[in-house]
Amino acid sequence: MSQNTMNLKVKVWRQKNANAQGAFVTYDVAGISDEMSFLEMMDILNERLITEGGDPVAFDHDCREGICGMCSMYINGKPHGPWQANTTCQLHMRAFKDGETIVIEPWRANSFPIVKDLTVDRSAFDRIIQAGGYISVNTGNAVDGNSLPIEKQNADDAFAAAMCIGCGACVAACKNSSAMLFLSAKVSHLALLPQGAPERKSRVLNMVAQMDKEGFGSCTNTGACEATCPKEISIANIARLNNEYLGASLSAE
Amino acid sequence: MLDSKIPSGKLDDKWVDYKGHCKLVNPANKRKMEVIIVGTGLAGASAAAAMGELGYKVKAFCFQDSPRRAHSIAAQGGINAAKNYQNDGDSVFRLFYDTIKGGDYRAREANVHRLAEVSANIIDQCVAQGVPFAREYGGLLSNRSFGGTQVQRTFYAAGQTGQQLLIGAYQALERQVALGNVTMHARHEMLDIVKIDGKAKGIIARNLITGALEKHFGHAVLICSGGYGNVYYLSTNAMGSNVTAAWKAHKQGAYFANPCFTQIHPTCIPVSGDHQSKLTLMSESLRNDGRIWVPKNLGETRKANDIPETDRDYFLERRYPAFGNLVPRDVASRAAKERCDANYGVGTSKQAVYLDYAAAIERYGKIEVSKQGLSNVSSEQIIALGKDVVKEKYGNLFNMYAKITGENPYEVPMRIYPAVHYTMGGLWVDYELQTTVPGLYALGEANFSDHGANRLGASALMQGLADGYFVAPYTVGNNLADEIYNAAIPTTHPAFEEAAKKVADRIASLKNINGKQSAESFHKRLGKIIWNECGMSRNEAGLKQAIADVQALKKEFWSDLRIPGEINEYNPELDKANRVADFIELGELMCVDALAREESCGGHFREEYQTPEGEALRDDENFMYVAAWENKGAHEWQLHKEALKYDVIKPSQRNYK
Repeated sequence: MSQNTMNLKVKVWRQKNANAQGAFVTYDVAGISDEMSFLEMMDILNERLITEGGDPVAFDHDCREGICGMCSMYINGKPHGPWQANTTCQLHMRAFKDGETIVIEPWRANSFPIVKDLTVDRSAFDRIIQAGGYISVNTGNAVDGNSLPIEKQNADDAFAAAMCIGCGACVAACKNSSAMLFLSAKVSHLALLPQGAPERKSRVLNMVAQMDKEGFGSCTNTGACEATCPKEISIANIARLNNEYLGASLSAE
Repeated sequence: MLDSKIPSGKLDDKWVDYKGHCKLVNPANKRKMEVIIVGTGLAGASAAAAMGELGYKVKAFCFQDSPRRAHSIAAQGGINAAKNYQNDGDSVFRLFYDTIKGGDYRAREANVHRLAEVSANIIDQCVAQGVPFAREYGGLLSNRSFGGTQVQRTFYAAGQTGQQLLIGAYQALERQVALGNVTMHARHEMLDIVKIDGKAKGIIARNLITGALEKHFGHAVLICSGGYGNVYYLSTNAMGSNVTAAWKAHKQGAYFANPCFTQIHPTCIPVSGDHQSKLTLMSESLRNDGRIWVPKNLGETRKANDIPETDRDYFLERRYPAFGNLVPRDVASRAAKERCDANYGVGTSKQAVYLDYAAAIERYGKIEVSKQGLSNVSSEQIIALGKDVVKEKYGNLFNMYAKITGENPYEVPMRIYPAVHYTMGGLWVDYELQTTVPGLYALGEANFSDHGANRLGASALMQGLADGYFVAPYTVGNNLADEIYNAAIPTTHPAFEEAAKKVADRIASLKNINGKQSAESFHKRLGKIIWNECGMSRNEAGLKQAIADVQALKKEFWSDLRIPGEINEYNPELDKANRVADFIELGELMCVDALAREESCGGHFREEYQTPEGEALRDDENFMYVAAWENKGAHEWQLHKEALKYDVIKPSQRNYK
C-alpha cells in the first residue's frame, strides 16, 4: 500500500479543568499519513505543542486496540468518529481527506464531568456496576464448570451483551444522555445465564436506581446508542432490561 | 542467600501441605488488617476481590480511570486449564510439563506445578461469576489449541477472553467495593514504597487528577502492576503500561529477576512507519488454522494469491513437522526473523511473513457442506460457507486487521511480524510470592516466577488469576498472621513523611529540567536501542554498546526533558516522564542481564550460543539459575543466583520437530 499525506485542521475543545470555561481552538496538522491512526495524529499535534512550549491536548487512551474503552472523542459530531462499530483508537486517517477540518469534542453529559480538554470522568459507570452488576459468588465456592450446561444460544447472547467496553459512547450519542444501553448490556449478560438467576430481581432494581441517582437521562428509544456503539450492543437489550425491570417491580410489591 | 521457601515433600503434595499448615488469621483480626494492592488487572483485581471476600481491609490502586481498563483486557486467545474435558490426554502433570518445557527449563518446578493444580479451579470460578466462555451445542465448554502443546486445553470467549475474565474479576472487585471491603483509588499512581523497620508498610501515591501526593498505610503491599514490555516503546502493551511500581519496589530492595527474558510474539501486525505508537497482536489462536509462509524464490514479485503452492515455503511446517504452525512463540518468532533476514520477507517493508487462511476457509467450507448435507456445491459456495465459519471463530480479529491495514484478510493473506508482547522477568518472589522485602509481594506478570524463559500462549491469564484468587489469599495470610500484634501505623510516621518528600523532590527535579525534548521522544529512542540490541537476538558487542547508549540517553533525559503544565494538576506528560525515567534505568539492567547470561534459552537468544540448525543452545551446567539483581545505586547491580533444581522433569534440548 502506498502512503498518502494530508494537511488538516483540527478544531479541538480546550478546557483547563472541570470548573474552567472551555472553548474551541483550531490547529494545523501537516504531513499526516493516511496509514496513521487517529490518535497518532493527535500524538503528532501534542509533540509539536510540547516542543513549542504549549499545553498538549489531554485525552484518555490506553490499549489502542479497541478493547479497554478508555478513548472517548466526539469526532465530527459522532462518538468515536465516522466508522461503524469502531473506537477512536481504531479510527485511521484514511477516513479523512486532505484539507479537511476535523472537530473534536469530549463526551458531553452531566454525569460525565470534564476533567480536562477531552478527558471526562466516567466513574458513574463503576458505581452502577457496584449497585448489582455481578454475581455474588465468593472465591472457592464454584462447582465444576461443566456441571451446568448452558444453551449455546443463551451463552452467545450473554457474550454479545458482555462485549460492552464501558466507553460511554452510548451516553454521549443520546440526546437525553441516557445510560440505558450500558446498563441493559450488563443486566442482559447476567440475566441470560442461570448463574445470574438468584439475584435477577434485586440486580435490575438496584442498578436502575443507581443510574437515576447518577443523573443519567431517560430512554426515548431513538436508537442513537446502538448506532454508535463500537461493539454493536443491540438495543434489544434495552427491551430485555425493561422486561426485567417490570417483572421485578411487580413481584416486589 | 536467596531462600525460595519451597516446601519440602513430594511435588504433588507441596501445595496441599502448604495450605494445610499455613497460619490463618481469624475473621475479627482480618477486619483490622490492611492490604494495599497496586494495579487492578487480572492479578490485582482477583487478589483485591478474594482478599476483600475474606474480610481484609483492601485498598486498590490503578492509574486508569477505572479498574476495568487494565491491559489484561486485551488478551485475546484464551486461558489454559488442565480439565481434560476433551479426553485427549491432558492432566495436571501434562500442563506442568508443557509449561516447564515451554519455558526452556528456567522456571521453578514447585511454582509451576501449583499453577497447573489450581488451573481447573480458575475455570470453575469464572464460570460461576458468569464469564461467558465459548460453548458447544450441547451446552458444555469449548476448547482450542495453543502453541507448544498437543492437547486442547484452552478455554476462550471468541477473541476477547482477557476482556471477559477481567470484567469477571472487575465485577467481583466492585462487589467488594459495594460491601465496603475494598476502597478503590482509580487515577492514582504508586510512586514509592514506604518501609518501616525493613518491612513494606505502605505506599506514596500520586492522585493523577489533582497531582497531590497521598500516603497510604498497609500491613502488606501487593504489586500487581503487570509487565515492562513498553521499555521497547513499540509493543502490544497499552500506552500506559509501565514498570514504575515494580521499579520503585526494586529501588527499595526487591530483587529484579531475569529482566532479559522478554517475549516477542510471532503474529502481530507489522510496523508501518515512524509515526507508529503501538503494535497490535493477532491472537496465537490464529495459528490453529492459519498457515505461515514466505515465497520460496528470492526476489519474488507476484502478489500472494498469484504465487502457486510449489513456490511457497511453509517454513514452520518444514522445520518443525511435529508441531508445525503451533510451535512455541520464541521458536516461531525466530523462524520468521530468519526468513526475513535472508530476504524472503514480504510486503513493502520486507519485514513480514504471510499468515494464510485460504486452506482453512476451504476445509471449513467442505465440513459445512457435509454437515448441512448439501450436494452439487460450487467451489465459490464452499468458500462462502468456510468464510462464515472463520468469521464466527476469528471475526473480531479479522475486522481489527482490516481496520488497521485497509486489507481484507478473508481474500488476501495477512502480513505479520513478531512484536514485543510479554515479559517473563519481573520482581523476584519466593514460593509465597513475597519479594526480598518482607511484606512486599508481586503477583501476575509483575513477578518472574512461572514462565521461565518463554511463556506459552494462554498461560498469562491463568497465572494472573491463579496468583490473585488462589495463591496470595493463603500466602499473604500466612505472613499477616504474625502482623496481628501490630496496629495500623498512622501516616504521620516520619517514614511516610520522608518517602513523600523524596517523591515530591523527584517530581520537582524532573519538572525543573526545563529542557526541550518530550518524554515521548526519549521513550522512542530508548525503545530503538533496546529493540535493536536486546530484542529477538543479542550479542556481546551489541549489548555493551546498548549499555553505553542507554547511560548516555539517561544523561540527556535528565538535562533536556520538557514537561509542560504544572505539578499540582492533571498532567499526563508528567506521568509519562516519571515512567520513562524508570524505563531507562530498567533498560540498562535488561542489557546487563542479557550480557551476563552467556547462553540462549527461550526468548533470550544470544547469537554466540546456537546449535548448527540455529536453535537456542542452553548451558545448563553454568546457567541453570534465576538471575536476581540487587540494586546498589546508579548503574550498579549485584547478581544473586537462585539455582534451579529439577527433581521431576529431566531438562533436555527442547524438541518440536
